[in-house]
Amino acid sequence: MLRDTWLIFRRDMTAALRNPTWVLIGIMQPLLYLFLFGPLMVKAVQAQGMSEVDGWMLLTPALIAQLALFGSSFVGFGLLADYRSGVVERFRVTPVSRAALLLGKVLANALQAVVQALLIIALAYLAFDLDAPVGGVLLSLVIVFLLAVSLASCSYALALTLKSEETFPALLNAVLIPLLLLSGILLPITSGAAPEWLYRISQINPFRHVVDVERNTFRGDFTMDALFTGSVVVLLMAVLSVWWGTRTFQKENA
Amino acid sequence: MITARGLERRFRRKGRNGGEVHAVKGVDLDVEAGELVGFLGPNGAGKTTTLRMLTTLLKPTAGTATVGGRDLLADPLGVRERIGYVAQGGGSAPESKVADELELQGRLYRMSKADAIARGAELAEQLDLTGLDQRLTKTLSGGQRRRLDIALGLIHSPGLVFLDEPSTGLDPQSRANLWDHIRRLRAEQGVTVFLTTHYLDEADALSDRLIVIDDGRIVAEGTPDALKARVNGDRVEVGVEPGQATDAAEIAGRLAGAEELSVSDGEVRFRVPRGDVALPELLRALDAKGIAMLSVQVHRPTLDDVFLTLTGRSLREAEEAGRAA
Repeated sequence: MLRDTWLIFRRDMTAALRNPTWVLIGIMQPLLYLFLFGPLMVKAVQAQGMSEVDGWMLLTPALIAQLALFGSSFVGFGLLADYRSGVVERFRVTPVSRAALLLGKVLANALQAVVQALLIIALAYLAFDLDAPVGGVLLSLVIVFLLAVSLASCSYALALTLKSEETFPALLNAVLIPLLLLSGILLPITSGAAPEWLYRISQINPFRHVVDVERNTFRGDFTMDALFTGSVVVLLMAVLSVWWGTRTFQKENA
Repeated sequence: MITARGLERRFRRKGRNGGEVHAVKGVDLDVEAGELVGFLGPNGAGKTTTLRMLTTLLKPTAGTATVGGRDLLADPLGVRERIGYVAQGGGSAPESKVADELELQGRLYRMSKADAIARGAELAEQLDLTGLDQRLTKTLSGGQRRRLDIALGLIHSPGLVFLDEPSTGLDPQSRANLWDHIRRLRAEQGVTVFLTTHYLDEADALSDRLIVIDDGRIVAEGTPDALKARVNGDRVEVGVEPGQATDAAEIAGRLAGAEELSVSDGEVRFRVPRGDVALPELLRALDAKGIAMLSVQVHRPTLDDVFLTLTGRSLREAEEAGRAA
């Protein structure tokens, strides 16, 4: 199982490295947010009395969460391509572990998300006033990793269930946009700043808690209060998603 | 190598007006080690469904089978280790290199890296793929890609390999070349081959034995020659002047064993057990009546005739019916 996972992981990493353009395209969106939206948002929070550093500390961790959210959600497309070319079926007649077929791919995606997140952090650090503790950044990368594992697993499970290049992105967009808006990635949804009802809805959104915990770790706030909810949510999401993904891969018609 | 009893598969149709499709309705199969068996039938007859059941890709809804000495239902993993499968559409990733695909496939079958590379190189040589190992598979020709698919299916030296429609989509030259390779692999590696096809010439050219499936059931089984012998003899077509066709038909009808007589536009068609023996006699009889034979053709029975005799429809008709359904 470990060996199988490693083989599939290596196959997907080789493919990503052979065609690094896609990794770069994947990082374009958060980069645009960083450079074209970041300065605007920082000015806006400065008007509320926060410092410039505070602004970047709010935006950067949210952007790496967004990167994991969007980047990993669309990985199912790659699986659909493999499905069409018969690769999925070819693997399924070998003795390879079904769980490894999923895990190898998911780990390759999660590693790519972490590398992209590191790039964003490095750029924010060099170009703007970001000042985050090393420990906090490392912990936030662990959370990005788990978030990417969750979303990639769900994406594969969904792609394999729908088996359609048309409905898959349509469904993704329908789900991702509300998740994004209600997560406070662009502007924190606090009880003070947001209308009461909006704040309440956002509390149901698991990604909101993940974004919160990303921001807290970036600030170096390692208290139980700051980390507990988000960490539990992201761990639970990862476990459930991998379970769903594995089950879908094991089902006979997948 | 394969023993199947009463294999069945039903599919639930999606959507509101669902219902059930009974794709395979109880199939019994026996394939001995070393055989090259052709599994013949029109599109939609249940060939691929049967194949997918035998290769563990699909669970039968009823029936039992032993494949490669392992029980299909109790030990699918054991079956997977012992068989190779080459799908109809192939299975190579377009963006991967030939050598990488071969190595990965070998390692997924639990081979060591060195063994996988060595075996990949050996198969590449046997299948005329040498020098292509660093190419992306999307840059290969159709014939090369199909041979790569076969190499991928044989990487772990299985005793039994399933080929689903191996020559579909290939040009005539690549087809002939592929057939040579399949025959050679069987001869050199002693691998048992079970191939599906809806091409009669392919079944005829390759198989030791044929199993014919129609509408989810096995309708016949035997060597290509034995199956052809079931058809009532050779088909003879004689061309005469249109005005004399009726007389000619009457004479032809008197030949020993003549059947299925028909006349149209100065052409008389019928079947006789031995066309070559019947012709001189017919020629003399026609001559005596002053009827000149303008053309003559004798057709040995083809598998298409076999299919027609067995199922009451030609393979082409069966396929059109399958598409319309």
